Amino acid sequence: MEAGSVATGGGRSKLERSPLSGLPDKVLRWGLTALAAAILLLIAYFFVRLYSEARPAFAKFGVLGFTFDNNWDVSKDVFGALPLVVGTLITAAVALLIGVPIAVATAVYLVELCPTRLRQPLTIMVELLAAVPSVVYGLWGVYVLIPKLLPAEKWFANTFSWIPFIGGGTVAGPNYFIGGLILAIMIIPIVSAISREVMATVPVEHKEAALALGATRWEMIRISVLPYSRAGISGAAMLGLGRAIGETIAVTLVIGNAPQLSGHLFGQGYTLAAVIANEFGEAASDPVHRAALIAAGLVLFVLTLLVNALARWFVVRAEKTGGSRVAEGMAG
Amino acid sequence: MNAQPASLPGVSPRRRRTDKVARVLLLSATLIALVPLVLVVYYLIKKGIGAWNLDFFTTDPSGRFFGDPGGIRSAIVGTTLIVGLATVIAVPTGIGVALYLVEYGSESRFANVVRYFVDVMTGVPSIVFGLFIYIVLVLGGVAGGFAGWKGSIALGLLMLPVVTRASEVVLKLVPDSLREAALALGAPRWRVVWKVVLPTALPGLVTGSLLAIARAAGETAPLLFTAFAVKATTTNLGAQMNSLPMQIFSDVRQAQDRLVERAWGSALTLVGMILLLTLVARLVQRRSRLA
Amino acid sequence: MTLENASTKAGEDTLASEQTEQEASRFERESDATTKRGATGRSVTLRGLKAYYGDSEAIKGVDLDYEPNKVTAMIGPSGCGKSTMVRCINRMHEEIPHARAEGEIKLDELDIYGDDVDVVAVRRVIGMVFQKPNPFPTMSIYDNVAAGVRLSGHKGGDMKQTVERSLRGAGLWDEVKDRLDEPGIGLSGGQQQRLCIARTIAVEPEVIIMDEPCSALDPVATLKIEELISQLKERYTIILVTHNMQQAGRVADTTAFMLSGELVEVDQTEKIFTNPGDKRTEDYVSGKFG
Repeated sequence: MEAGSVATGGGRSKLERSPLSGLPDKVLRWGLTALAAAILLLIAYFFVRLYSEARPAFAKFGVLGFTFDNNWDVSKDVFGALPLVVGTLITAAVALLIGVPIAVATAVYLVELCPTRLRQPLTIMVELLAAVPSVVYGLWGVYVLIPKLLPAEKWFANTFSWIPFIGGGTVAGPNYFIGGLILAIMIIPIVSAISREVMATVPVEHKEAALALGATRWEMIRISVLPYSRAGISGAAMLGLGRAIGETIAVTLVIGNAPQLSGHLFGQGYTLAAVIANEFGEAASDPVHRAALIAAGLVLFVLTLLVNALARWFVVRAEKTGGSRVAEGMAG
Repeated sequence: MNAQPASLPGVSPRRRRTDKVARVLLLSATLIALVPLVLVVYYLIKKGIGAWNLDFFTTDPSGRFFGDPGGIRSAIVGTTLIVGLATVIAVPTGIGVALYLVEYGSESRFANVVRYFVDVMTGVPSIVFGLFIYIVLVLGGVAGGFAGWKGSIALGLLMLPVVTRASEVVLKLVPDSLREAALALGAPRWRVVWKVVLPTALPGLVTGSLLAIARAAGETAPLLFTAFAVKATTTNLGAQMNSLPMQIFSDVRQAQDRLVERAWGSALTLVGMILLLTLVARLVQRRSRLA
Repeated sequence: MTLENASTKAGEDTLASEQTEQEASRFERESDATTKRGATGRSVTLRGLKAYYGDSEAIKGVDLDYEPNKVTAMIGPSGCGKSTMVRCINRMHEEIPHARAEGEIKLDELDIYGDDVDVVAVRRVIGMVFQKPNPFPTMSIYDNVAAGVRLSGHKGGDMKQTVERSLRGAGLWDEVKDRLDEPGIGLSGGQQQRLCIARTIAVEPEVIIMDEPCSALDPVATLKIEELISQLKERYTIILVTHNMQQAGRVADTTAFMLSGELVEVDQTEKIFTNPGDKRTEDYVSGKFG
């Protein structure tokens, strides 16, 4: 017998492949590849359809006109989105200013200072902040946060009225500040989670180097952990920004939904996401209004894409100096 | 012998103070971050429990402005059906894409592009998903106007990147040595995936999917212009359906006491469901044999 | 240039070189002063030292004396506890969760595990150089050397001199004097380790622990560091952990052999390697195990 051939009943060597044997593998492989390709096509289609539906609005007001005109008037069918864009930016800024320092501080505490027994329970609790749905935060914001904070907001606006943007108007119940505050609460879990992952990858030898020189715990964090984690934390903050920009339901319930540029922090406002949620009902019958809302959605989409791309870039840079599992923490 | 006795250099009180202050601030920040969680849970229970009774779960919203506002049965049924269908769409697809990325494409350019765009999808605001489905399916008049299944697709799109990313992580954790051992025994690739990789990764895949479901159950925006909302209980996914988030959203905006009370009860129900799913997900994760 | 400019410039140059000479002689005077202090350096005494990781006892009661201004090598097979033990001396051991140490460690007469002793101060006085060179990755060469000094609030004009003195003391000055602003991690492995040594001596410790400082380096770099160790002992007490017996033979005055968390034998290096008292020592140094 020749080496390599084993006779079987049908006269065909056992080692030869039957024409059908590779089929399931091929099917699986090409099926999954097609699936993956379909995802890409879907996203491209996304863009195309969004743009085509939004076009009437851009055609009527111009792309720049739509985005930067300060005049959102439903009754007159005039749609300039500046109050929405500004409202989005203000609430996002408040969210970052309040949320990022707190989130990074919790990350530092949980990774570097927390007693081992408390670490898991406290971490789980911080992550549970993300389990509360947006609409529940909205409900709580309207009926708990707004009434309870109103006196404090009024006092604050009075005491610091000489600071531009703080004073200068009546303090409304729903306003930019509450919107930003709720967003801050909502971005804390994700900013904290990614910051924690980044800080956990600081090589222990750098921390030991600082301690061996006679550094206190805080000094060690200051010279070894934080500089090393800078890029990753920036990425985390940008992801938080992306989330803050796109958040709809909680914000629309607490911001007042007034399509105006209130000149102060405690005034009512509007955001791109909120206007879509709010006005879609009435826009169903008005093609121009509808196109305007879809255009607002497109602006929102592009904005979040840019911010998230930037965030990704920061985190990849952080990966290059260390932690390789950070990007996985960014999912969802 | 040294002329001076050994002594340690002083540590300036300023440094000690800074260290202490820093520790206190960092602990405080952590506690501050948890205050909203505590407050939300507290008010949910305080204001929501009162609304819970048999009628609450067994009757539909009546739509009446005065008198009995009714319960939330249609919302619970709706959420279960819509999220259920979304799960059926998103979980196999998501795991499929993850399988592609890990088993067949790990370093190829195409796979990296897919991975990048899946990542991009995680950052898309949920309302944009709803908008997209609205344009393609509702405006386009595909099989009628608003419908439950269209909401499912919107939620499915939301869940897809979450499931994919979580599954990819888990599949990567399956040791290559397992795959190689199976291949060396003469098994074709598809068998290795079906009989070795997937079963090993199963707990992790289940965890990722449960967490995605928990996330989707709470979403309102994708349903706003896809499934819309009706008051009556229906199991017909081809027509408009109610859902818990939509019901809460609608009740909150009509600032009427009994409706607000119902909103708190619904919120407690919704959060309860989500916490249950999260808990089960974490328990399943503990039973995983992978990292 | 014109004659006047030339002569002015010559004058400036002379002034500059005079200044350099003055600085150089001042460095020598300062070094002498340090040498004078260090020449009567500190001893480290261990009595009944035990160290635990959780419930597991890693160091089982060690008595050992480190003589001032000498190099004492700690040798022994992997896992014998040499690193654990020296980390008790600068109180780094307790940084590991659930780890603790018991017993007495004295710096001359001072008990560094005393109740009101600040561990931060202990680490200023007892420095450490690690197995893998670990300059701070986000800092320049200059900032790396200055890092420890800055922590204790030392500021201002002194810093430049301190950095130069430390880099000279580590034998690195000439190689980096023109690129002090470059990142510390841009140096070669051996240079990075000397940078870490400069960083350690910048805070003017009295004892330096070196935990296998050459095991990540090539032979040329290793030799340079060994030369450095022989110079450094004039000012500091050196505790050198090494798995390389030839290295101990080359640089150490005293050698201590450890096995399974116990001190087996300590004596003059030559005696340990040529005529050890304990059979286990003899087996180890003749290569029968480890």
